[in-house]
Amino acid sequence: MGVEGIGARVARKEDKRFLTGKGRYTDDMSVPGMKYAIFVRSPHAHAKIRSIDATAAKEMPGVIDVLDGRQLTADGIGNLICGWMIHSKDGSPMKMGAWRPLADQTVRYVGDAVAVVVADSVDEARDAAEAVAVDYELLPVVTDPVKAMADGQPQLHPEASNNLIFDWQLGDAAATDAAITAAAHVTEVKIFNNRLSPNPMEPRAALGIYDSGDDHYTCYTTSQNPHLARLVMSAFYNVAPENKLRVIAPDVGGGFGSKIYIYPEEIVCLWASKRTGVPVKWTCDRTEAFLTDAHGRDHISTVKMAFDSSNRITALKVDTIANLGAYMSLFSSCVPTYLYATLLSGQYDIPAIHANVRTVYTNTAPVDAYRGAGRPEATYLLERTMETAARELGISPAELRRINFIRTFPHQTPVIMNYDAGDYEASLNAAMAAADWNGFAARKAEAERRGMKRGIGMSCYIEACGLAPSSAVGSLGAGVGLWESAEVRVNAVGTIEVMTGSHSHGQGHETTFAQLVADRFGVPIDSVNIVHGDTDKVQMGMGTYGSRSGAVGMSAVVKALDKVEAKAKKIAAHLMEADESDIVIENGELKVAGTDKSVPWFQMALAAYTAHNLPSGMEPGLKEGAFYDPSNFTFPAGCYICEVEVDPDTGRTEIVQFVAADDFGNIINPMIVEGQVHGGLAQGIGQALLEGVHYDPESGQLLTASYMDYAMPRADDLPSFKVSTSNTPCPNNPLGVKGCGEAGAIGSPPALINAITDAIGNNTLTMPATPEKVWAAAHAAN
Amino acid sequence: MAKITMTVNGRQVSGTCDDRTLLVHFIRENLGLTGTHVGCDTSQCGACVIHMDGLSVKSCSILAVQAAGSSITTIEGLAKDGELHPVQAAFKAHHGLQCGFCTPGMVMTAVDMIARHGSGLDEATVRSELEGNICRCTGYHNIVKAILAAAAEMGGARQAAE
Amino acid sequence: MYETNYHRASSVQEAVKLISGAAEGKYLAGGMTLIATMKQRLAAPSDLVDLRHIAEMKGITVNGRSVRIGAATTHHDVASSAELEAVCPAICALAGHIGDPHVRHMGTIGGSIANNDPAADFPAAMLALDATIVTNSREIAAADFFTGLFETALNDDEIITAIAFEAPAKAAYRKFPNPASRYAMTGVFVVRRDNGDVRVAVTGAGSSGVFRHRDMEAALARNWSPDAVGNVSVDASDLMTDLHASAAYRANLIKVMTKRAVAAA
Repeated sequence: MGVEGIGARVARKEDKRFLTGKGRYTDDMSVPGMKYAIFVRSPHAHAKIRSIDATAAKEMPGVIDVLDGRQLTADGIGNLICGWMIHSKDGSPMKMGAWRPLADQTVRYVGDAVAVVVADSVDEARDAAEAVAVDYELLPVVTDPVKAMADGQPQLHPEASNNLIFDWQLGDAAATDAAITAAAHVTEVKIFNNRLSPNPMEPRAALGIYDSGDDHYTCYTTSQNPHLARLVMSAFYNVAPENKLRVIAPDVGGGFGSKIYIYPEEIVCLWASKRTGVPVKWTCDRTEAFLTDAHGRDHISTVKMAFDSSNRITALKVDTIANLGAYMSLFSSCVPTYLYATLLSGQYDIPAIHANVRTVYTNTAPVDAYRGAGRPEATYLLERTMETAARELGISPAELRRINFIRTFPHQTPVIMNYDAGDYEASLNAAMAAADWNGFAARKAEAERRGMKRGIGMSCYIEACGLAPSSAVGSLGAGVGLWESAEVRVNAVGTIEVMTGSHSHGQGHETTFAQLVADRFGVPIDSVNIVHGDTDKVQMGMGTYGSRSGAVGMSAVVKALDKVEAKAKKIAAHLMEADESDIVIENGELKVAGTDKSVPWFQMALAAYTAHNLPSGMEPGLKEGAFYDPSNFTFPAGCYICEVEVDPDTGRTEIVQFVAADDFGNIINPMIVEGQVHGGLAQGIGQALLEGVHYDPESGQLLTASYMDYAMPRADDLPSFKVSTSNTPCPNNPLGVKGCGEAGAIGSPPALINAITDAIGNNTLTMPATPEKVWAAAHAAN
Repeated sequence: MAKITMTVNGRQVSGTCDDRTLLVHFIRENLGLTGTHVGCDTSQCGACVIHMDGLSVKSCSILAVQAAGSSITTIEGLAKDGELHPVQAAFKAHHGLQCGFCTPGMVMTAVDMIARHGSGLDEATVRSELEGNICRCTGYHNIVKAILAAAAEMGGARQAAE
Repeated sequence: MYETNYHRASSVQEAVKLISGAAEGKYLAGGMTLIATMKQRLAAPSDLVDLRHIAEMKGITVNGRSVRIGAATTHHDVASSAELEAVCPAICALAGHIGDPHVRHMGTIGGSIANNDPAADFPAAMLALDATIVTNSREIAAADFFTGLFETALNDDEIITAIAFEAPAKAAYRKFPNPASRYAMTGVFVVRRDNGDVRVAVTGAGSSGVFRHRDMEAALARNWSPDAVGNVSVDASDLMTDLHASAAYRANLIKVMTKRAVAAA
């Protein structure tokens, strides 16, 4: 592998700038004449806008202008869209209500943007925003999705009667029902998946710069996919044609899904820059982030799992209600459908599955993909159900899983997915060994002597990454293709630039992508630059989400490297008067195999550009591009085991051990992979133990609007983790990689809840398992 | 408007700002030192941690005028002569950062923590001392590891010097 | 934050003079609560008078068992005072767990007491220790000082200059933090003096702020042991219910934290 090649634990190239304060995030950008935007937001969850009076605000010190939805509409700025069409089981298309970047008639959740103030300073803009008089006519509010579907409830959008967006199904209902009727045992569970706020530490920000000289726009923004932002802002929001719009996502401080979407603020900053004639910067504060960043999860499900007399699963029936909030965000429709129900087979051979999903509007923030996106919801449902079934059937949770594991590949599930490779028992065995599962009884007894309740729980997850084969997702309703692009540019001195459509916002692409090049050509990674995040510098690409940068983004780089290698070998063969097929590339040299003849890499590159002596008919230069469209999803899987101690007096849960055993396929940089798992685990543990978005059901006010009330995992909430991998290479991409970004967040919540419920002897517990809930559940069990 | 003078990263600087201007904004906007970040409004995330007169503080909860006359160190002032500070080097070696946004605050916190506790730091103390710094990427695992490694190395270096 | 005017005082006298000239003046101690409140635009003082540079308000003196802590002494300095640790380690431990290290470097004991946040730690200690709150014009017994949520007996413009108390034979503080804010969801400070006098002060739980639990005190005066707490009933009707904890759960926490504080004292 070499010290910097594939598989090496290389320290990150990008670290120095972050460690020395030289990272450049959107809010760090400053351009001459720049002014500041503050949004006037609805304080009400549901209201009609009678009038907006900005007269007083416009007179305030430092104010450049105050703009509202009427002007935005007059300028032809379009509605925000959902980019994935889902049809209900009756064949009707999903009911997409209008989402204006600035609400001009109705506000539908607390935080809905109504107007924007542009001023010399943030403080002055905020002063003036308070002076914008908006006259609201209050409407009744509904925040609960079950209630929202009932008759007589407030209606959010005229298109969606009873607030139902779609009523969708997947799988064979008749076969599933028949198997349940014939079952030896049926486990029934009700599952709540709590609503979360993604909370990347960098709040969203946007800087819109309109250049009247060229009639050109530049947008710095906190995006995971700047090209997608440009495409959507151009094609749907009518901000500017693509050739007149440059989108730059510089350093981005975490995303976790929440920065995939194109929000009202970046559209408004661009538009306001043209309107006011000054560059306009907006930076979100944390409370605005809680109010307006797309939330995640928020499912209510009922589950029936049927077993035969030998404890083999014969069917799974799931009915899910997903709260999508006030508007359909960009990918909101595919998260509770194709990213969720398609994973309901888990690691198990289940002959019949049927899922019904209803999605609902409520007066809450829009809900969309958050780390894992649908797959955590599927895994939590399945693994809580498996645990419950094991307890009901009186067999060990590991045994029940072993009985039902899929053991031959490829495996076609009843819910679309075709699993290509995996060894689920290997992960289970590795996790149980690392956790000393067999020693648990002794540890429990020891804890008992200290008055503590100790419990252990496991979860076996599978996810689908590497989004995704374009024709497949197209047939399922996706509005875009999910390929990725790369361009490899070898400079005349032999240094290399790789332009990738993947975006790095913590994942370490500047290192791992460079490792691919180092591995291929034997050049130092310091001679390789990874360029991303700027639509002017990089060819069209689809961006980073769904753990796709390895399986799709890197595969595109590999394809481009193949082309560069082929041309480099041709040039070297010509220079050394050797046969092209005899050229090998090692340690930065192109050698003629079996001889002592060689040309240094840089000399070959120079020859490509001087073009004095190239093979006849060859174009000068050395630069190759590629687009890679995957042929299948990838299927990372693993087993997580959590051990807890519950203080029965207070209900406080301490995680005393957390083990992760994953199968990610081949690994480019184990250090970075471990870091991804750690971070995912913390978010999954956060969901299970601490985090939850709460709205007041009467008023629709957000009750968890700051870190005073939304419990973020902190260092002392978490243990050090024991992580390991046992890998089966993915057969469907050139690197054999699967993806590792979301696994931790997918597999950990059920392991933790299974452990706590084991400790307290009460299986009824919802996330987040706050001390009070655990205390009450522990007492109810006694 | 106030005219204020303070020492930042060893250099005396002056500037004019509103009395209501927060120290973090003075550092970022007036001085152009954008390594210090703002991640929350309620003084909890710690992305804004700097050192004021030798102690770690949250620059989002201090007015710039309050800091007049003080000596400030920001993340930009930590590396000397192009060499990473041992805490910075440990964060790199142990992958104690991902997106980098909380990193300046984490590093400044770690330097202060090690100054107060020395090489006697243990994992539980590090985790407890990190109460005022939130990271969403790393799960803290490698941050804790990096701080312990830096404390050991700096303690060792101190002993060697004595 | 709304506009404001900043003034720096170098003496108590100057501070009082500065604030008397202000329309809506506020003293600024460490600012760890006030600045945050102003950022949220929930406070809008026309003027701020900074007390952080008044030397006479800083420092800890211990004479025998008599303790005096200057109001502008930071939580960090309280937590790390060896003199104080020798006579009343409980208050050092309490200060060492307020907020986080950065907050402790700025926040002051006087600021915390004057703010009287219902979930703050110091008010419980003051009440249980029977401390005297010394101001620029008088001395106020802690029992008379904390008058309600964010309410104190302080007059407008009055400055806390120090707090004073006699170190007890035994004392300890135990808190159960709110998982989000890390403020006390319930905190209990227990004190036992050589004469058998017992105080149990509770913060974070009461709907009108810090309070003494007389039944706990009586039970512990009879029998200073964690077991004595078991049979005391805690009335939940005057306790807070919020997003994070119900009154019934807080009632339980009062018992558990009292028990643990007694065991630790």
